[in-house]
Order: sequence, then structure tokens, then C-alpha cells
Amino acid sequence: MIPKSLGASSSASGVAGIRRLIARHKTLDWLFGLLGTLALLLATLVFAALFGQMLINGAPQLSWEFFTSFPSRRAASAGILSAWVGTILVMLVTAVVAVPLGIGAGIYLEEYARKNLLTDIIEINVTNLAGVPSIIYGLLALGLFVYQFGLGQSIAAAGLTLALLILPVVIVATREAIRTIPQNIREGAYACGSSKWQVVSHHIIPYSLPGIMTGVIIGLARAIGETAPIITIGALTFIAFLPPSPFSNAEQLISFEWLLAPFTVMPIQMFNWISRPEEAFQANAAAAGLVLLLMTLSMNALAIWIRYHFRKKIKW
Amino acid sequence: MMSSILPLKHPPATLAATPGTLPQGWSAARLRRRLAERAIETLLLLAALVSVFTTAAIVAILVWESVVFFRTVPLLDFLTDTQWTPLFDDAHFGILALLSGTLTTTIVALLVAVPLGTILAIYLSEFAPFRVREVAKPFLELLGGIPTIVYGYFALLFVTPVLQKIYPELPGFNMLSAGLVMGIMIIPYVSSLSEDAMRAVPMHMREASYAMGATRLQTAVFVVTPAALSGLASSYILGISRAVGETMVVAIAAGMQPNFSFDPREPAATITAYIVQVALGDLPHGSIGYQTIFAAGLTLLLITLVFNIVGHFLRKRFREAY
Repeated sequence: MIPKSLGASSSASGVAGIRRLIARHKTLDWLFGLLGTLALLLATLVFAALFGQMLINGAPQLSWEFFTSFPSRRAASAGILSAWVGTILVMLVTAVVAVPLGIGAGIYLEEYARKNLLTDIIEINVTNLAGVPSIIYGLLALGLFVYQFGLGQSIAAAGLTLALLILPVVIVATREAIRTIPQNIREGAYACGSSKWQVVSHHIIPYSLPGIMTGVIIGLARAIGETAPIITIGALTFIAFLPPSPFSNAEQLISFEWLLAPFTVMPIQMFNWISRPEEAFQANAAAAGLVLLLMTLSMNALAIWIRYHFRKKIKW
Repeated sequence: MMSSILPLKHPPATLAATPGTLPQGWSAARLRRRLAERAIETLLLLAALVSVFTTAAIVAILVWESVVFFRTVPLLDFLTDTQWTPLFDDAHFGILALLSGTLTTTIVALLVAVPLGTILAIYLSEFAPFRVREVAKPFLELLGGIPTIVYGYFALLFVTPVLQKIYPELPGFNMLSAGLVMGIMIIPYVSSLSEDAMRAVPMHMREASYAMGATRLQTAVFVVTPAALSGLASSYILGISRAVGETMVVAIAAGMQPNFSFDPREPAATITAYIVQVALGDLPHGSIGYQTIFAAGLTLLLITLVFNIVGHFLRKRFREAY
């Protein structure tokens, strides 16, 4: 493009030719601006179509009964009670496992790790794990958690699977948040006689908390929508009962029976309804999708808000 | 003296000046804190090692079950047979029938995601006013956060009917609509990584270009893009590896019937869709059908691994130093 235009300008007759050249490039520039706007518009339109179609098909289904009924053979009386309870319990396990492990790994890599082979291996590993398809985690869980550990198709197995899946997200977010903390904060704390852990627990963790929170929320939002790994471990799609309550056991205050209970989650329930041939179930799928979409979008929006809010506020 | 056992790198001044006047419990407290520090470091190291264990476990499980599988099915058949019918009486185990579906949907997805993602990245990084960028970036991030099952629903019940209006012979399950939606799904990944790479190009290079009288488009195409090539390449590679590993969109919209075809209008199963199909059924642990999904998974892992390695080398090869 450059050589061509150079040739054009040398052959053109003086100023008029150069003016034409400039005009042409300005037009091209303007056209690309238009193209970019159109691309953005297209993305918006696709999102509007996706959301709009779900809203039109699913909104009439949304009622109090939809949230308080179990799935049913009759589309009209089917609901998502077992699905949303299952989702919350699985997310609980995922968060309890992934958050401490992810933050711990991130802190280790940023603050403690020496530059050696082991550190390199861990770093390459985290990068690679982030690129492993989610269904592979499902196969890992099927072989390891379901059969080797004997957890079966339980809430614990699903929660652990999703925890491993979002671990790289939490680790990377933690590391990025820690990296923005200036060195002089650490030096100041050391100068006052702090030990390493005191520096980390009194300064590094509190200051990087907004960034870590963002990563944790984005990771959990991703885990809520993950379908493939949960299907792979063989979770049932038709669950018309709730897991045993954590508080109902008479002998002890808190029981962990629910961890090994069979379950279903929102995306699995939705997938089940999509695969039904009857049209009435597709409306249920749209309604479940709407709930799922609102859950993930609000979590993502919260994460984005936290990031923007704190990025503006923190001035080192 | 405790300090000879636990040498302090920087002893506090008071300690050096008056070692004899320390309280009795001081060294014990010091020792306790030292031990606590070591314990914490070890715990954090263990947390970091979980990721290594995960990788090791993934490889071990996939290889273990695949080895059993390849004892029954010769590797040559696996790689050259064009039929994949593991659950039929006349069982065929040709991974090509699944790879063709994976390849076709991935190519359709890339034809959508690479041009649109790149245009969006150039636009957001070089053209868009500040206000537009501040709104568009979080918006694209939100698009990237939509669950894949929702995209699958969208592909099956919105995109396919629309395509059928244009082309009536299109079957209800087809790779075209799955690929298109997958492409839309990947746009945020491609555009955000590409844009990051472009924003990392130093401002003085743009200023030099503008000073020569170049327009924004000329600057973007001849200065910024070449300088950000490594980032662009790795964003495309990430897009490919997302598309190859994507499961729910293809499982819902492309059908689950293995079909050795590269025609996007036909229904077909990808590697991932096959795994979902088997997992939905009730296969006994240890049967040949159970082992096929691990062999398929190993193939998938190797493909994504190759792309990750290629991406890594592209980044190194094209790295521009400023």
C-alpha cells in the first residue's frame, strides 16, 4: 500500500495529486472507523438477539412456582428448585477449595518463589492449565474423583472438578493484583521489623484484595455456567429431591451428608430441557437460561465494577 | 545462643547491643515464629503444587485409560479409519470422523472470530473515542462471560432457524450454525488479547508515524499491527484452542452423529460432543465405550497442547524489542 501510494504521488501532477492522495487516505480512514463501529454494533445486535429471544420465550415461564418446583414430566409444572439449590451447593464447595488454593498459589509465586526450575515448572503449568478444554477436567474428575476416590456422581465431585477448573483464573488474578503493589510498601514493612508473613498478611493481601475478588467472582461466574465437565462426570439430569440439609441432623449441628448426595445444576437442567423434542420444554429451557444468564452477567458486572471502582481509587 | 542456630540476616540493633538482657521467653517466641513462617511457606508451596498435580493427574488418567483402549484397537485403525461407531456391533474406531467435525466447526468459527476480533481490536485501540472504549471493553468482557450452554441454545433455536430461512435445505443440526455461534463466542477473547498487544506498542512509534503524515489507518496497519504481531498471533491461537475444546455449542447445535465430512451444512459430531454423548448414556466403568472417551480426550488434549506450544513459539519468534 505504501509503495503504491508513493508511486501515485510521484506520477501525479504536483499539489492536486497530493491532495487527492490525502483525500483518499482520509476516506479510507473514515471507512475503517465506520467498519469498527459496525462490528461493535453487530456484537451488540447479536447480544440483543440472544437476550431478547430468551426473554420472549422464557419470561412467561418465570413465576414463583418455577423456582419452588422440582423438574417434572409435564413442562408446565416443571421447575428449577433442585437445580438452583444444586448450583449453590456446588459453588460453595468450589469456592471453599479454589479460593484458598488459588490465592495461596498466587502469593507463593509472587512473594516466596525463588527463581528456580520448580518455579518455572509451576508457572508454565498454570499457563497451560488455563488452555486445557473444560471437558478434559470432566474426564479427570470421572477417572479420579468419581472412581478412584469413590465420590460418585456427587456434589463434592462436581465442586472439586470446577475448583480445579477455575484455579488458574484465581491464581492469575491474584498474581496480577499483587504485581501492582509497589516494592516500597514491602520495604517499609520490612524496615519496621515485619516478618515475611506479616508483610503478606498485613499489606500484600489487603491491598490486592479488590483484584483477587475480581478474579474469584469471574472464576465462579464461569464455574456456574460450566456444563461439559459436569455432564462428563455423569451427573443425573432428573433430580426430584433436595440433598440432605446441612442443619437437619439431630446428633451434630452441621452434617456433611449433602456432599455425597446426587444433584443437578442449572446448566444441566437447561441442557436436559433443550434436548427434549417438545416445544413446551424449550420454553422452560429459555427460562432456566434467563436465570443462568442473569446470575453470570450480574456476577461479571460486579467483578468489572469492583475493578473499575478500585482502580480509580487506589493511588500509591 | 539461639542466634547461632537460627542466624538472623538483619538482627535488630537492640539485640546486638544488649544480648544478655533479653527476656527468658524471647528465643522460644522467636523460634516459634520462625517455625510458623516456614510452615506457612510450605503450605503456600503446596497450594502452588496443586496445579502441577492436576496436570500430572490429567495426563496420567488419560494415558492410563487410553493404553487399555489401544490394546484392543490398533493405533493405525484409530488414525486412518473414517468411521466412528464404537457402540455398534460392527465397531469402528476412526478418530478422523470426529476430527473432521472438530476441524470444520473450528474453521467456521475462526472465519467469524479472526476478522471481527481483529477489526474490533484495531478500532478500540486506535480509533474509538475514550468514552466508547470505556463502555465497549466491559461490554465485550460480559459477552465472554455468557455460559456456553446459552450460546448453544441460541445456535439451535435462533441462528439455525434464521439460516434455514435463507437456505431451506439446511438440516436442524448443522456445523455451520454451531461454528458461527462459536465464532461470536470467541470474539471477546481474540479482541481483548489483540487490543492488549496493540496498546502495549509504545506511543512514540505512533507519534512518529503521525508526524510523517500517516492517517490512523495507515499507522494501525503499517506500524501498530506489525509491532503487535506476536500478541495478535497468540490471540488467534487462543481462539483456535477455545474452538477446538468448545463442547456445549456443538453438542447442542451440530448434532452428535459422527460424520466424516467437511461440509459445514451437514450435521456432525466433534470430539467433545462425542464425550458428552457417551457421558449422557449409562456406560459401565471399564468397558470399551468408557475407554473411548479417554482416547478421544487424549487426542483433544494433544491438539490443544500443540496449539499452545505453537503459540508460545510464535510469541518468542515475533517478539519485538523496544
